[in-house]
Amino acid sequence: MPKPARIGVVMFPGSNDDRDLARGFALCGAEVEMIWHKDARLPELDGIGIPGGFSYGDYLRCGAMARFSPVMRSVVQLAAMGRPVLGVCNGFQILCESGLLPGALVRNRDLRFVCVDTRVAVEERGLFRGELTPGRELLIPVKHGEGAYVPDAERKPRVAFRYVGGSPNGSTDDIAGIVSDAGNVIGLMPHPEHAVEALLGSTDGGVLLRAFLAACVDARQARR
Amino acid sequence: MSDPEVDLELARAHGLSDHEAALVFEILGRKPTYPELGIFSVMWSEHCSYKSSKKLLQTLPTKGACVIQGPGENAGVVDIGDGNVCVFKIESHNHPSYVEPHAGAATGVGGILRDIFTMGARPLASLDSLRFGPLDDPQQRYLVRGVVSGVGSYGNCFGCATVGGEVTFHPRYRKNILVNAMNVGIARADGIFLAKAAGIGNPVIYVGSKTGRDGIHGASLLASSEFDEHTEEMRPTVQLGDPFTEKLLLEACLEAMKTGAIVGIQDMGAAGLTCSSFEMASRSGTGIEMDLDRVPQRETNMTPYELLLSESQERMLLVAEAGREQEILDVFAKWDLDAALVGRVTNDGKMRVRWHGQTVVDIPVDPVAASSPVYERPQARPADFEARQKLDLATVPIEPDPSGALLELLGSPNLCSREWVYRQYDQLVQSSTVLRPGGDAAVVRVPETERGLALKTDCNPRYCAQDPYLGAMHAVAEAARNVAVTGAKPLAATNCLNFGSPERPECMWEFAESVRGMGEACRALGVPIVSGNVSFYNETSGEGSIPPTPTIGMVGLLDDVSRAVPAAFRGAGDAVILFGETFAELGASEYLAVRHGLERGAPPALDLAAEQRLHALLFEAANRGLLRSAHDCSEGGAAIALAECAIRSGFGVEATLPDVGGRPELALFSESASRAVVSCTAA
Repeated sequence: MPKPARIGVVMFPGSNDDRDLARGFALCGAEVEMIWHKDARLPELDGIGIPGGFSYGDYLRCGAMARFSPVMRSVVQLAAMGRPVLGVCNGFQILCESGLLPGALVRNRDLRFVCVDTRVAVEERGLFRGELTPGRELLIPVKHGEGAYVPDAERKPRVAFRYVGGSPNGSTDDIAGIVSDAGNVIGLMPHPEHAVEALLGSTDGGVLLRAFLAACVDARQARR
Repeated sequence: MSDPEVDLELARAHGLSDHEAALVFEILGRKPTYPELGIFSVMWSEHCSYKSSKKLLQTLPTKGACVIQGPGENAGVVDIGDGNVCVFKIESHNHPSYVEPHAGAATGVGGILRDIFTMGARPLASLDSLRFGPLDDPQQRYLVRGVVSGVGSYGNCFGCATVGGEVTFHPRYRKNILVNAMNVGIARADGIFLAKAAGIGNPVIYVGSKTGRDGIHGASLLASSEFDEHTEEMRPTVQLGDPFTEKLLLEACLEAMKTGAIVGIQDMGAAGLTCSSFEMASRSGTGIEMDLDRVPQRETNMTPYELLLSESQERMLLVAEAGREQEILDVFAKWDLDAALVGRVTNDGKMRVRWHGQTVVDIPVDPVAASSPVYERPQARPADFEARQKLDLATVPIEPDPSGALLELLGSPNLCSREWVYRQYDQLVQSSTVLRPGGDAAVVRVPETERGLALKTDCNPRYCAQDPYLGAMHAVAEAARNVAVTGAKPLAATNCLNFGSPERPECMWEFAESVRGMGEACRALGVPIVSGNVSFYNETSGEGSIPPTPTIGMVGLLDDVSRAVPAAFRGAGDAVILFGETFAELGASEYLAVRHGLERGAPPALDLAAEQRLHALLFEAANRGLLRSAHDCSEGGAAIALAECAIRSGFGVEATLPDVGGRPELALFSESASRAVVSCTAA
């Protein structure tokens, strides 16, 4: 057995699913370290999770402030070196704002926050494999006010997840999550960390989190 | 700008009675300064002093084996095992939400969150009890949209799941909606913080947002008088919320508490800096001297009067151990929040406030806070009380179309699905929500344990309008039943008592009757009241008052949260059982209101012993794993309860209901109390 993946979960001011994401990773076997957004220098990590919430209150465009936090420079560097990075909800918005993923997330179609279970189908999976097989449907909740994905005009995104039976937010082509061209950065609006226990309604989020951790271990072994 | 001259006219304009104004002169032995008058006016307002309700509230049961802290602190505290405590309270934000629905509701949520985390607890779940006028009125639709978006925007951004509550409609809320926000937090039993200013010489520290001019006189004028034609001018008295800052304040406070350097802490809610400093000193029998020049200020040229009375949100006042100030200041600096040393605790029982080197306030603490005036207001039973109770069933036609009646009731505003509301709330943050909104009580897991809490707010205003005594008993019984159907044991409750003007004898009678009924039901069901709030003056001149609305927020405990029983059916072929007896009771029912446009008759009878037996039965059946589903049977009767279990599950149901006098509408829609619909594996 390889050593468990060591994951840094970034805390911005206003992150509020940070402890949930850390807990989700831990339940899936990771060692987790919380990273304060003012820390530019990171400890040795196999992968990074950017959690949901309302960084800086999201009073400006979602994620637009967080991308300027000192920690993000290091995250961008690590991503360029191939470390896996996962962004959930506000984390996805931050990854788009910092240019690690293409496109943007805008206000939901009906202009209201929505919290509801969704079914998403796996499409392209980049470095994240294991049980995350294309075509597999996962039951994972969303909760956001600005989750409608809009792709860049000049660049077609690699779609990782698509809502089944229509999107809850008016997302272009029902896109729920995307993966970077290099395959190591993945962002999605649904919250896998809220779907890791049968008691809370679904364990399907664990499929993604475990695939992410496996990719983190693979990338570590490749560095050696 | 110099302060205005204080005279009787100005005191009256501040909401003080002539008697109270005379008392102010007597206590001080001189004319008050303008800021002093402001302080008396807010501290002696109905909202802050409970002057009309205090005596009656003392009759409520507040003690029990689980109770660690009863009423009188920022929130109640009960023991939930494993060294954990549950800290909870419900509070109203009615008038601000009518004047400015989004901001009013948002700051209502913000206020109750601070009440919870000021005690050292991390807020885990919110519930909101909302009451509006009928939706055919465009203004009501505007209010609903504003309030729901306000509740959601604050809770979602702050990061506390909104897991339940109520939304009801009645014409008498048209000019005075109700927004009651409840929050439930978890702390370690040895980590509770109280609002005290103890330790002579200890520093008094202001933390959080800067003080602005918003919300001045929110408590004294907006919350403590009825609405009239000048209500619109009160918009500036509504505070604006900043949930992002509140989230930082939460994390900073919990981190600062861990240093061990905090002696006492209280949030600055109603009446801001004034209320928090007076109450903390009063509880500890100390005094405080404060320098207003040190208060972080958002605007320039603020006067002492404004600084003392501002209700700017997201602020706390705390007392630290002398010599350890820096540890606290460092934590708040990490979170980019203001923290300023504004004063010291003194031993002379006086509040002394300086500004620009001058003493602008010098008042004894106790007469303003703990020993504020208390009234026994006259009560009068409404003349039509007995006539209201009469309903001759012979005059109600036998329902010719039971299926049509069922459909009409299912689609009626008070019974239809609330999904439009709760899907705008984050129900999941903190990964604890086991039973989400839409059933009976919500169930949340106590983090890092196997236990769960079942949470519910309840009050049927139509019952209370007909008979406030019986209506309040029903509020307690139904809230407890909603908790019991999940398999939880009802543990303790918080109350939000919404009424009209206490200066009208009929309203005061409604209040007294409600408190009497609530106390009786709480004693019988073994549920103490550990916290709460009174909201009077819910009326508009010329329009009458709201129906008496004594809302109950109930907390129940499940030892094994994985055994929580949902409301929806679970599988085809399961046996469906109706617990309890159905009587010919249509008084004050949804059926009469929806089908016949009638609000008449006495609410259903309530046998508290039978109610308690039902709770014991549900508790035992759930804990032996016998129940596949369980749902409270109340508004709309057995037919509605069965339909709700089916609709939420996607299964159908076939049932034979007990015959009641050979009349279909009685079997289907009678609202007899102490009943539940359960399902179990068929033998």
